This record gives sequence, structure tokens and C-alpha cells, in this order.
Amino acid sequence: MVALAPSDFRTPPNLTGVQVNIGAVSHQFELEGAPLPVLDRVSFAVEPGQFVALLGPSGCGKSTLLRLLAGLDHPTSGSLRVDGEEIGDPDPSRILVFQDPTLFPWRTVWDNVALGLEAQGIIRTGGDRVDAALRLVGLDGFEKAYPHQLSGGMAQRVALARALVNDPRLLLLDEPLGKLDSLTRLTMQAELVALWQKAGMTAILVTHDVEEALFLTQRVLVFGPRPAQIVADIPVDLPYPRHRGDPRLGELRRVALQHLGLAATW
Amino acid sequence: MTAIESNDTAFSAARATSAQSGRRSARFWRTGAVAAALWLGSAAVIEFWPEIIPAPYGRELAILSVLIAALLVLVLTTGFILGKTAIWVRYYGPWFAVAAVGLGIWEMLTAKLAVLPVPFFSSPQGILEVYIDDWARLGESVLHSVLLLAKGYFFGAVVGFTTGVTIGWSRAAGYWVHPILRLIGPLPATAWLPLSFFIFPSSGSASVFLIALATAFPVTILTWSGIASVNRDYYDIARTLGASRWFLIFKVAIPAALPHVFVGLFMGLGTSFAVLVVAEMLGVKAGLGWYLQWAQGWAAYANMYAALIVMALMCSSLITILFRIRDRVLSWQKGLVRW
Repeated sequence: MVALAPSDFRTPPNLTGVQVNIGAVSHQFELEGAPLPVLDRVSFAVEPGQFVALLGPSGCGKSTLLRLLAGLDHPTSGSLRVDGEEIGDPDPSRILVFQDPTLFPWRTVWDNVALGLEAQGIIRTGGDRVDAALRLVGLDGFEKAYPHQLSGGMAQRVALARALVNDPRLLLLDEPLGKLDSLTRLTMQAELVALWQKAGMTAILVTHDVEEALFLTQRVLVFGPRPAQIVADIPVDLPYPRHRGDPRLGELRRVALQHLGLAATW
Repeated sequence: MTAIESNDTAFSAARATSAQSGRRSARFWRTGAVAAALWLGSAAVIEFWPEIIPAPYGRELAILSVLIAALLVLVLTTGFILGKTAIWVRYYGPWFAVAAVGLGIWEMLTAKLAVLPVPFFSSPQGILEVYIDDWARLGESVLHSVLLLAKGYFFGAVVGFTTGVTIGWSRAAGYWVHPILRLIGPLPATAWLPLSFFIFPSSGSASVFLIALATAFPVTILTWSGIASVNRDYYDIARTLGASRWFLIFKVAIPAALPHVFVGLFMGLGTSFAVLVVAEMLGVKAGLGWYLQWAQGWAAYANMYAALIVMALMCSSLITILFRIRDRVLSWQKGLVRW
């Protein structure tokens, strides 16, 4: 499948994002001794700074693909390359944000955000980066709070700050808003777009929410049921900021649902 | 085992409400008045009722009772001016009352009526006598016990923690250590006593070994289970953020496992008390266990009761200290679990 060029719709100005090339990636798990294929020769490319959604039914292998991109697992076959280099071990330039914020409960908000800099041994000089990341997600003033004192939305913002403080060049979002209530979710969708625009990294969002995928990203890759293959590549040719009532979004939604086999519900 | 609760917390929860209700009405503290009267009453019983079994220090005991009554009256009249002390005394008001009655009955059954025979039972002033006349030896025994326990517990906790982390982290280490743990672990440390007194150069070092052994087993098991139950996602998060192996162990696995480790430390402290006393009774020529044995040899039952009280205070103080340490180290858990 050939990638679409980020043509004329708006791309962030400061291009720090990476080029991602995924070539014929297949992956399978061992389930009670029997192999369970989850990805079947998936290929696509993401341009630097592009925001792409991977849309598909739950359990179709989208999250597995993100783990492969993060370097947490390695594919059974195929190649994953970032700026032309094969992905090896996890690296702070590629950060994964999970559906659960998974903050460390024994660390304060500030210490949670500082985790990456601490792990890389640059916390001593990077303290102000932590403050900046917290400001970016609107949580300055909560530095000393513990995770259990935060609401779901705030916790997920901390998780985002924890990712962004490392200036990732590839941000992998695994249903980051999946567990939030619908109002918080709508607010944070807009915030995610703003964060991505400001930072200019390449971003890949896994979601099973059609509206979210269309509202946030520049391009939606629709996955079929397991073992996952890409069944559609829908460019979202709308400028930011977008409006939920935009008729073009409704139209794209119908297309996406059609590819998901849900046309009858339209 | 997660519901370890210190009395302190129950107390601090209660004192907040009692302080509030006290301030709201500032009404007469009736329990305090009754308790003060009861302490005066037991002082009178001790002082004026002639003794069948004469013992020194009856006067001192009576004075002590009057002092307690005076404290109650002081708190009664000054309200909450004394701050924490006043709150504490008021919270335990009913206990003060019951303790006075208990002391009076005890005094009557022993010194005054001799219903409970000597030498097996001791009057309150008999025990007071031990504290006044034999405090040096008792104090030295406490010191020896605490030192011995501290050495053994420290080594046991360090070894247990290290072993637990190692087998929780490394599959290979687990493979070799698990069978040994399963075989040796459940064996009571005291079973090693004859052998270790024989192997070790001194009974002191043998006891340190035994106490360490008793402590290490629960600490190992709980540390290991703590490390093994750490949320896998924590590791994934840390790895994507660039964490090294060292970071994963010391900054992720161990902090996440600490609540379990503390349960192990509490269990280890409990078992180490048992081993301490047995070791002191059977080999070491010092400490509270030895004091008990020595008192029994001389049929000095008052000394034995006195030593038992001291031992109870020692053990409960050590547990309290461990609670305090846990409260400090795991303060992030506040509001997350009920303490």
C-alpha cells in the first residue's frame, strides 16, 4: 500500500517527526501451544509529522502493532523502520501512551513526569523540562499530588506529559482516551490535536472510535478483523481546528463504517 | 495480611471526633470524674486496708494511684489546654476507670485477702518492688534483648529482602532457590537451635543466626511475591522511557513491591520475638528470656510478672516503630488503601 503524501492539508511547521515504514509485518502469539496470528503482512508508511489513526474492531491487532513500533515486542516477520533504521529495543524517541495512565502510585505527579529523564540520567539538567511538560498539559500546580488524588482525565494528562517531556519523535497512542467519560474525552481530543501541532512529532493513534479517528487525524487506516490487514486508507482532508458538525466528517464517517462492515447502521 | 492496622490510626481517627465533641459542648467530663474517684478509691484500699501478706512499697503504690487521679482531675479541669496529652487521656478515660477497678480487685485478692496464694501470684506492690529494687538488672536485660534482636533482625531482613528481589527478578535464581525455600522455610527456626549452639562459636552468634533465619523466611517470600506481582505495564512504560535494567529493578520493581515487603517485615518481627525468647532461655546468658528463666529458678514470680510486662512493652514498641517506618515510607498509600 502506497502512503499518501501529506499533500496540502495542514502539517505542523517544525518537522521533528520521523518517517515510519512498515513492510509486510506479520505477528503471532502462542496461545495454549497453538499459534494465534494477529497481524498478516501489514504494510504502510507514515510521513514525518503526520497524525495517523489505526481504526478497527477491538482485538484486531492494532495495539500489537504499536508495541512492535515501540520496540517492546519484535515481529514474527517483516520489517519496521523509523527514518530508515530497523526498530530494535525501546527508545525514548518513540513513546507509547496506554489506555490506562499507568502512573507509578508511589511517585508524585512531578516525579512521574520526570521518569523518562531520570531513566536516561538527564534529570539534573532537565528539571525545567518537567515543569514545561506539566504546563503544556495544564497541570502546573499539581506537581506534589499523588496519582490517586487525580481524576481520570488528569491522570491521562500526566501520562501525556510523561511522554512529551522526552520530546518524542514518534508518539504512539493506544486508545489514550478510551477510559475517560465522554465530556472529558471531547475536551482532551482537542488538547491532543493542539499538543501534536505544537510538538510536530509523528503520531499514531489506535482507536475503535470512528469519530475520534476522523476528528483528530489526517489519515485513517481501517483494519479488518484478526489477523489484521488494512482494508482502507482514508485521507481526512480537513484543516484544523475541525468542527464536529462538519458535514464532510459525517461523510467520511459513513465511508469508515462501511469499511468496518457497519454500513447498515448508517 | 494487607489489613495491618495500628491502634494509632484508630486512636487518631477517634480523637478527632472526641476533640470536636468536647470543644463543641465543653461539658463536664463525667468519665474522668468517675475514673479519678476510682483511682483515689484504690489508693485508699492500698493504704488503709491492712495487709495479710506484708510487702514494702504499698505506700509508693498508693501515691502512684493518687498521682494518676490527680492527672485525671487536671485534665478534667483544664479542658484541652494540655493539647495532645489531654486528648489522649480523654480518649482512654474508660480504660483509666476500668484499670483502677482492676488494680483494686487485684490488690484485694493478693495483699489484702490472700485469696491468690504466694509465691505464684504477686501483689501490685510486689511488682512495683521489682521495678524499684531490680531495675538495673531488668534494664540490662532489655538492652541485651534489643541488641540481640536488632542484629538478627537486621541480617535476616537484609538477606530476606535481597533473596526475595533476586528470585523475584531472575528466573534462574528462582529455579535454584525455590525448592530450598520450600523445604527449609517452613521449618521453625527453633528446630535449628541445638545444632546452631553446637556449630557456632558462641551462643550469642548462634542466636543472631537463628533470629536472622526466622526473619528471613517471611521477608523473602513476601518480597518475592511482591516483585512477582508488579504490574507488567510499569516495566513497559519504564522501558519505552529509556530505563536500564538497574532502573527497572531499583526504581520500578522494588518500590512497587514495598507494601508486600512490609507485610513480610511485620511477620518476620513476630517470629523473631519467639526465637529471641527461646534462644535466651536455652543458651544466651542475658536478656529478658534469660531473666524469666532466672526468676523461675529462684521462684521469684513477682520478677517474672514484672519481666513479662517489660517484654510486652518492648515487643509492642518495636512493632510500633516498624509501623511508623512503614507509614513514612509508604505514605503514598494513604488514601489508596485503608490503614
